[in-house]
Amino acid sequence: MNDQEVVLDIRNLTVHYVLENETVEAVNDLSLQVAKGKTLGLVGETGAGKTTTALAILKLVPDPPGVIKGGSIKVGDKDILGLTKQQMEKIRGKDVSMIFQDPMTSLNPVFTVGEQIAESVLLHEHVSKTEAYEKARELLEMVGIPKFRASEYPHQFSGGMKQRVVIAIALACNPKFLIADEPTTALDVTIQAQVLELMKQLKEKYGTAMILITHDLGIVAEICDDVAVMYAGRIVEKGTLEEVFNRTCHPYTEGLFNSLPNIHRRHEDLVPIPGLMPDPTALPKGCSFAPRCSYVSAACLESQPDPREVSPTHTVRCKAYDTPGFRIMRGQHG
Amino acid sequence: MDDTILEVRNLKKYFKTGRGMLHAVDDVNFSVARGKTLGIVGESGCGKTTTGRCLLRLVEPTSGQILFEGTDIRKLGRREMRKKLREMQIIFQDPFSSLDPRKTVLQTIREPIVTNRLISGEAAIEDRVLQLMETVGLAERLINTYPHELDGGRRQRIGIARALAINPKFIVCDEPISALDVSIQAQILNLLKSLQRKMGLTYVFITHDLSVVNYFCDEVAVMYLGQIVEKAPTELLFSNPLHPYTKALLSAIPLPELGPRTGRILLKGEIASPIDPPDACRFAKRCAYAIDRCNSSTPELRDLGPGHSVACHLV
Repeated sequence: MNDQEVVLDIRNLTVHYVLENETVEAVNDLSLQVAKGKTLGLVGETGAGKTTTALAILKLVPDPPGVIKGGSIKVGDKDILGLTKQQMEKIRGKDVSMIFQDPMTSLNPVFTVGEQIAESVLLHEHVSKTEAYEKARELLEMVGIPKFRASEYPHQFSGGMKQRVVIAIALACNPKFLIADEPTTALDVTIQAQVLELMKQLKEKYGTAMILITHDLGIVAEICDDVAVMYAGRIVEKGTLEEVFNRTCHPYTEGLFNSLPNIHRRHEDLVPIPGLMPDPTALPKGCSFAPRCSYVSAACLESQPDPREVSPTHTVRCKAYDTPGFRIMRGQHG
Repeated sequence: MDDTILEVRNLKKYFKTGRGMLHAVDDVNFSVARGKTLGIVGESGCGKTTTGRCLLRLVEPTSGQILFEGTDIRKLGRREMRKKLREMQIIFQDPFSSLDPRKTVLQTIREPIVTNRLISGEAAIEDRVLQLMETVGLAERLINTYPHELDGGRRQRIGIARALAINPKFIVCDEPISALDVSIQAQILNLLKSLQRKMGLTYVFITHDLSVVNYFCDEVAVMYLGQIVEKAPTELLFSNPLHPYTKALLSAIPLPELGPRTGRILLKGEIASPIDPPDACRFAKRCAYAIDRCNSSTPELRDLGPGHSVACHLV
């Protein structure tokens, strides 16, 4: 990723939620980069810290109780964490935009969709109200909704169309960087296919860099270039799509793949990951996945595994690789 | 079908709304063999949940017959129906809202045992609760915890234990895993499967997730706007889908693997309104193959040979 233009550069980010009598360690020592025109899939289960990471990029982590303990986030050449509220307002929507998970709640019910898209244009571009509204109508058309519907209210749209309106708002000012937090989770499969197709087209047309947050490895396979797998606030494996899917290294990633029903092999038994995610207020001293891991050894319980390079683009945090010749069961066939 | 436990004939459920009659379930027919699993698949609003609730009369059907072991349960009186419900149970989608937050695990699971007077004596009841907890994989130490202390997977296990408490023969599983994380989903699916093997349970499994259906069900019915558009043994449905909607649905599943994607069918347009639908194929507006006849008459569900039926004018 060295010779490409890096749009997002997060280094050693740590975010904690400090509550009265406990601290939730939501994101721990997280580093990732996204290059121009690339889509990174951020994968993990509930509570893995995906959404907190996204909110940190927009400086929207609720404070209190959220505290950014350390690290840096750069979008283009701007250091996000050092910016004031006013400076940040200029960046949101213009440089970085976000598509939230639930289109039903992220639109304002008392304004027409045209007005809501125009609002974002007005904030960032020096245009008149009429021009902004005209731009809004064009954006609607771009996401596949007829122009004349700009004067309608959110309740007149179906779920899939609302999500397209949300995408239109996010794209209103051609952001350099887009964060999509589970953009299709609330949608039906056939509608999801339409929205994913739209996002793919936009990526090709405008070269927008993207972080796609999801728990669905099927969606990742569909539109991502790179994948980062999160577990208990840490990225446990990171690599290109091909590396993570076909040359899986981390036992947790392997567990995720094994617990998915495969449409081609219906008689194989599912292999769930035993146990549960650790309590984020009391993370173990060693590897957080150790209690559920089938390759665990004494060293895993002692201290955090460091990121290890498997290839220049592929890193994994797992102590088992200290043993020469270690292989997990899945994925060596690729 | 060899040993049919449940047969549904011409099931209809209409809801009155301000704008007209909403046809949630419109003339649905199917049967389920003992010890097997029928999957009902469809997108939101297709009537799959309403169908599931009608089977237990949690929602009173507008018309139709529901034959459970030969008895039309719609003809049963209140008391007889209650008795029947000992054999028929349901597991709900959302383990966060389907449990009483003020009841402990013990209180939740013992409730159906006590209400139905299955066992008497507090010690015997507690033994039974512990036995059920073991069956569904809940640790004994959790017996006095409240739902808010437990995660989604464990809550769903409580829901399953409660459904099993009265030894049912038949369980409607309404999206039992969609609120859970992937690694936990597999745990619950495996549990339901092993319970079926051990206790000879029959399931109607309602879901929107086709890859789960493929793994879990013996037969599948695909619903669209209140009607079954295609029904077939699972393997046949996945290898040879005939209805255009089923084809689109199957092609829309994002697969967690790399490689070329073969022919995704992107549907245009939005789902039609279920309120006072006209006499036409309800999928016609989104269908790439629609002809004039599709807009003027409703296709019947026709049997095309071993267990495979389709409702489409063009097949």
